[in-house]
Amino acid sequence: MRGKTILKKTVSTIITLLVVSFLVFLSFSVIPGDPAVSQLGTNATPERVEALREEMGLNRPFFLRFGEWLLSFAGGDMGISYSYKIPVKEMILDKLPITFTMTVMAFILVVIISVPVGIYAAKHQGGRTDRAVITINQVFMAVPPFFAGILITVLFGVVLKLFTPGGYVSYTKNFWGFVGYLFFPALAIALPKAAMTVKLLRSSLLEQAELDYTRTAYSRGNTTRDVLYRHVLQNAMIPVITFLGMALADIFTGSIIIEQVFNIPGLGRILLTSISNRDYPVVMAIIVCLAFAVIVINLLVDVIYRFADPRIRNED
Amino acid sequence: MKIKREPMKRISKNSNFIAGAVLTGLILLFIIIGCIHTPYDPEAMDGAGRFAGISWRHPMGCDNFGRDILSRVMTGAGTTLGVAFATVAIGAFFGVIWGAFAGYYGGLLDEIFMRAADAMLAFPSILLALMIIGLFGPGKYNVILALGIAFVPSFARIVRSEFIRCKNMDYVRSARLMGAGNLRIMFVHILPNAFPVILSSVLIGFNNAVLAEAGMNYLGIGVMPPDASLGRMLSEAQTYIFSAPGYAIFPGIVLILMILGFSLLGEGVRDN
Repeated sequence: MRGKTILKKTVSTIITLLVVSFLVFLSFSVIPGDPAVSQLGTNATPERVEALREEMGLNRPFFLRFGEWLLSFAGGDMGISYSYKIPVKEMILDKLPITFTMTVMAFILVVIISVPVGIYAAKHQGGRTDRAVITINQVFMAVPPFFAGILITVLFGVVLKLFTPGGYVSYTKNFWGFVGYLFFPALAIALPKAAMTVKLLRSSLLEQAELDYTRTAYSRGNTTRDVLYRHVLQNAMIPVITFLGMALADIFTGSIIIEQVFNIPGLGRILLTSISNRDYPVVMAIIVCLAFAVIVINLLVDVIYRFADPRIRNED
Repeated sequence: MKIKREPMKRISKNSNFIAGAVLTGLILLFIIIGCIHTPYDPEAMDGAGRFAGISWRHPMGCDNFGRDILSRVMTGAGTTLGVAFATVAIGAFFGVIWGAFAGYYGGLLDEIFMRAADAMLAFPSILLALMIIGLFGPGKYNVILALGIAFVPSFARIVRSEFIRCKNMDYVRSARLMGAGNLRIMFVHILPNAFPVILSSVLIGFNNAVLAEAGMNYLGIGVMPPDASLGRMLSEAQTYIFSAPGYAIFPGIVLILMILGFSLLGEGVRDN
């Protein structure tokens, strides 16, 4: 039964992927301005524009072009960048490791910061530390990641001199230097998300601790430690997993902004340059890839969630 | 582990609301004063006053063009709030209509509307906004449009579920018996009942809109210079973070207080 649900989810994910790529393709087809003209410049003769339109395949029916674009996209051919004249795929593959590493690091930071803090706050509920955690959390949640990035640059880069602001190290030259440089940007993305996770985990733990099964677990002579780690935490994590999944997608797209703060030449950088250069094949490819990543992450979260929650698992 | 019911639940939650209301009120006051009067012309440059420190004349110092930072923060906060307001208004307006029709009529219409909303929600809002900017080009009104569109599906979902909950209630049936048309039932009878839920999501949406607007301006694709906006001030300030830390700190703090105010207010309303 479980396999069937996953299959159903996968099918609906594929449909969403198709709808998304259709919407992106449609949007970029109806934009004012002829891509052939924008490539040749406004001084080009109508004959040359027409020839290029023919060459680019712009004169053929819309659905045919969409089908072809989708097929070649699925086959890994994402077209050629208007401004750099190199395959878009190469550009993306070159930058993807940077954004990907940063996302993974930020996600790990969120988990290792928020889980212990959330548990600690719930354990000492109502105490001074708990109240301090709640207050700090509320403030951290309100800090925009790019401002956190600026503050981190000042504190760790300028005052404590733990890293050189703007001194990005390429992963092909020095992998650990690269990871080291990405630590602080990852921290800037992670802090607000960690604050939200702490808040959710704390209230989720407290909610579970109110339930009958917790009392039963205590009455059977379990210690606080056992009740917390064997019973309560497992159940309290279920909503947190869903949230972390959404957070992962947010972190991935949030890195677009953070890359600007720390001067990192990742996917976000080429997305922004391509937007200002009107380099549509690149913009389209990056948007579709990011959206695909987000949709796939959502699918995985949904599957994990089903395994984590026996109530849903048995419903299927 | 001594875990018990949260002490004084009611009061602690009201304190969220009170703190949020006070904070938002102060920020609004700050912005309204900024609309009527700023200590200096926010765009007036003064070569002699470049990076002037904090003083009585310039409580937040001056920026790289010698412009008074306090005056710029006042108008910039107004711009940020204005864009956020317009964004939420667009999102809520179309979201309410979209969600109302989907929830009230159900069936195939609902299915189509909601699959479309799902596809849009698959785009993280900043990405959708960037795509729309990629299509129409940068600028303040395009940012409003972009973020507004990005916010529509989440409002639509919330409104839809409220309409589904309400559409078979007794008051709706009696309204129908009295001969009220579908549109009247939707917007005169059901909508006011969905109001508390919509209000709390509007406040939370505000919070996200301020964050997104600041982010877009930080990337330099929103408000165009010399207009002030908090996000753009932060990105300009970053270059001078060593020589004039106040240039980044003050707009940042105002931005944080604004977001904090709305999120506390939103939580206060939701929990009541």
